[in-house]
Amino acid sequence: MSVNEEFRPKIVAFCCNWCSYAGADLAGSSRLAYPADVKIIRVPCSCRVNPMFILRAFEKGADGVILCGCHPGDCHYSTGNYYTRRRMTMLFSMLDFIGVENGRTRVEWVSAAEGVKFSTTMNDFVAKIRSLGKNVRLGDLRCKD
Amino acid sequence: MQRIGVFVCHCGSNIAATVDVKKVVEMARMEPGVVFADDYQYMCSEAGQAKIGAAIKEHNLTGIVVCSCSPRMHETTFRSCAKRYGLNPYMVEIANIREHCSWIHKDMQEATEKAVILARAAIAKVNLNAPLQAGESRVTKRALVIGGGIAGIQTALDIADAGYEVDIVEKTPSIGGRMSQLDKTFPTLDCSACILTPKMVDAAGHEKIKIYTYSEVEKVSGFVGDFTVDIRKKARSVDATKCTGCGVCQEKCPSKKTPSEFNRGLGNRSAIYTPFAQAIPNVPVIDREACIKFKTGKCGVCEKVCQAGAIDYAQQDEIITEKYGAIVVATGFDTIKLDKYDEYAYNQSKDVITSLELERVMNAAGPTKGHLERLSDGKAPKEIVFIQCVGSRCADARGKGYCSKICCMYTAKHAMLIRDKYPDVNVTVFYIDVRTPGKNFDEFYRRAVEEYGVNYIKGQVGKVAPQPDGSLLVQAADLLDNRQIKMKADMVVLATAIEPDPSVRGIATMLTASIDTNNFLTEAHPKLRPVESPTAGVFLSGVCQGPKDIPETVAQAGAAAVKVIGLLAKDKLTTNPCTAKPDELLCNGCGNCAKVCPYGAITYEVRQINDHGIREERRLATVNNALCQGCGACTVTCPSGAMDLQGFSNRQLIAEVDAICR
Ligand SMILES: Cc1cc2nc3c(=O)[nH]c(=O)nc-3n(C[C@H](O)[C@H](O)[C@H](O)COP(=O)(O)OP(=O)(O)OC[C@H]3O[C@@H](n4cnc5c(N)ncnc54)[C@H](O)[C@@H]3O)c2cc1C
Ligand code: SF4
Ligand code: SF4
Ligand code: FES
Repeated sequence: MSVNEEFRPKIVAFCCNWCSYAGADLAGSSRLAYPADVKIIRVPCSCRVNPMFILRAFEKGADGVILCGCHPGDCHYSTGNYYTRRRMTMLFSMLDFIGVENGRTRVEWVSAAEGVKFSTTMNDFVAKIRSLGKNVRLGDLRCKD
Repeated sequence: MQRIGVFVCHCGSNIAATVDVKKVVEMARMEPGVVFADDYQYMCSEAGQAKIGAAIKEHNLTGIVVCSCSPRMHETTFRSCAKRYGLNPYMVEIANIREHCSWIHKDMQEATEKAVILARAAIAKVNLNAPLQAGESRVTKRALVIGGGIAGIQTALDIADAGYEVDIVEKTPSIGGRMSQLDKTFPTLDCSACILTPKMVDAAGHEKIKIYTYSEVEKVSGFVGDFTVDIRKKARSVDATKCTGCGVCQEKCPSKKTPSEFNRGLGNRSAIYTPFAQAIPNVPVIDREACIKFKTGKCGVCEKVCQAGAIDYAQQDEIITEKYGAIVVATGFDTIKLDKYDEYAYNQSKDVITSLELERVMNAAGPTKGHLERLSDGKAPKEIVFIQCVGSRCADARGKGYCSKICCMYTAKHAMLIRDKYPDVNVTVFYIDVRTPGKNFDEFYRRAVEEYGVNYIKGQVGKVAPQPDGSLLVQAADLLDNRQIKMKADMVVLATAIEPDPSVRGIATMLTASIDTNNFLTEAHPKLRPVESPTAGVFLSGVCQGPKDIPETVAQAGAAAVKVIGLLAKDKLTTNPCTAKPDELLCNGCGNCAKVCPYGAITYEVRQINDHGIREERRLATVNNALCQGCGACTVTCPSGAMDLQGFSNRQLIAEVDAICR
């Protein structure tokens, strides 16, 4: 697997401001390392993440997308993560159908107190993406030159 | 086109030691819209902010990106800096290159590359930012305190003394909390009731404080400054306006077999009861499950004996709806259940008790009238063993990983009080470590050992076995002398771990306040904002936030009060302008967005619009900015892409995605 050792995946992590982004901050202040391949985008709530953003990421060459929010029942806006859960279940199965394997997409609940969980989740997710290798870029075959 | 300035912070060496800040500056200069980029030791310092200000003026900046610590740390700092120098505060974006980069990566090249990408994403976003204006919302000048223990009482008193109205909601029939159950308190050994009762009386008599006992919070809506809360006042079956507190009813009530919650089940109480003599209010409640009248329709003794005619069997639960500007959670704690600790024989022997039960046993108003006796046979014990850390600092899933913090001190207290009153009783304490940080705490513990001759043994107890002769065989390992110990005891006291009151989960959900894996409420910042919850307008007081003794609880209660007072002193609050905004040319009035909005912020109205020259009336979504909290649920649900979130717009977020995947 030496090829995959070299492979630096592009990973987009959407984190809600109230729990997961704070969890990532705690991972940082606790110096809990995870690979630099992960780049975080802050959103107010996990329910702000439009499936379009995830499609866009895969279209632009992302190898994995992870979406983190508060634990069920703990969403700052009460119900946001329930929408997230349902929307992403739909989106991920559709993505799987068109060739973006389920391993490349993930929803994870990380609270503001779970710096350790944030870091282990990211380590695990990156390892998974590395084992899957480079993603096929989403695109329209008719537009290929 | 924006004119963007990029400011890269060294954060001393926190960032600069792992990220090549000069490289980040150099790369940022090549990004579209960037007209200025520089780095500095500490951007958040006065000099750093002045640097930003100067650049705003000199280069006519329309937007800035600060590459620094988390926006949760300094976003407000840099926003107000921008504002001071004439730039709209919402034209500021932060690239988090500390918590999300320099602190977690070791390799300089890797970290620098990542920092460049994070900066790029922030620049791409700020290119699409638009100036936003914060609105204003009103502040209801009244606070709610949930929980009437020492924490809740102190917070309420401090807020009320500053001149604001406070309501306390307490679920049991009296305020006072755990402290009312304690006998004497460390480190001074003064009697708990003597210092607590006056505070309870003060709270009850304060013109600004209203106390709802036997009540629970049922529903919370709204937001900082403007919460609406439903309080369920459970039916007491006694009219508080008539009751004189004479106590005859409790005396005459024939149903006397209900385990007393206040005495931790060590004694019984009547069906109509006040939990303890100094209860506030001194108005009994009828426990309808134990009351013969409610169970069979017969009895009615209390109604007959009550001179004041206060008994009211028909009383119903009442829902009180009230508005509050701030909410303080002070729900305290309980000791953990010991079902999973069979080795200590807690469920097998009456002579194995928890420390809280011992408090009741030692108390003159308790089940044994303050006499130290075995609960099995009433005999005076000669040999008492204390076991510390029962369920605390526990590696397995049976207990809690944390230190309960108060047990070392109260065990020393118990040991000392027993040796003082009964010098012929031997006291042995098994401990893992004795932790006594705190003013006069270590001195207190040393007195237990040196003055009172308490036998402290470092070691863990493996088993407590009840013997046929009624004694208890304690088997333990002495870790310092490396030997096994077997000793007989007449009584074993377990310093049981404490955990947040189980109701806190529901309270946290209602308030959208976060709790940690142990159910303690999370503070907004562990060091800098220890009494605020991350949810604006919600504050934390007492053990609900983490284990504490009384001095610490009272200090924190005061701190929470100060934060509440600071909030209530304002007439208006500025609201978050990052609200949803529909594009009226795209909206088709389908009605999807209102369905997902948790705040009911979206309504529909018919308006005249001009769609590329065509004038017509259309049903359109309208967002109430005072109600919208900016979650963004509606933006995703909108099938026509009409609904967007200001500050986190579709285009802005896509620009970030593109920048990261470039
Ligand atoms: C055995 C023992 C001995 C101790 N000895 C000492 C000592 O000697 N010195 C010392 O400094 N500290 C001592 N402590 C610690 C002390 O008891 C606590 O520091 C203190 O009681 C914390 O106060 P609190 O108000 O945070 O919580 P609590 O005292 O638990 O009060 C919380 C209150 O909130 C109410 N409540 C809970 N949930 C709700 C809800 N959902 N709605 C409405 N109301 C609710 C409860 O009924 C209770 O009245 C001892 C503790 C124990 C267990
Ligand atoms: S952003 Fe959230 S709170 Fe605001 S209108 Fe949309 S759904 Fe409601
Ligand atoms: S969901 Fe979109 S199209 Fe439908 S009413 Fe709301 S803003 Fe208009
Ligand atoms: S705020 Fe975290 S998921 Fe909604």
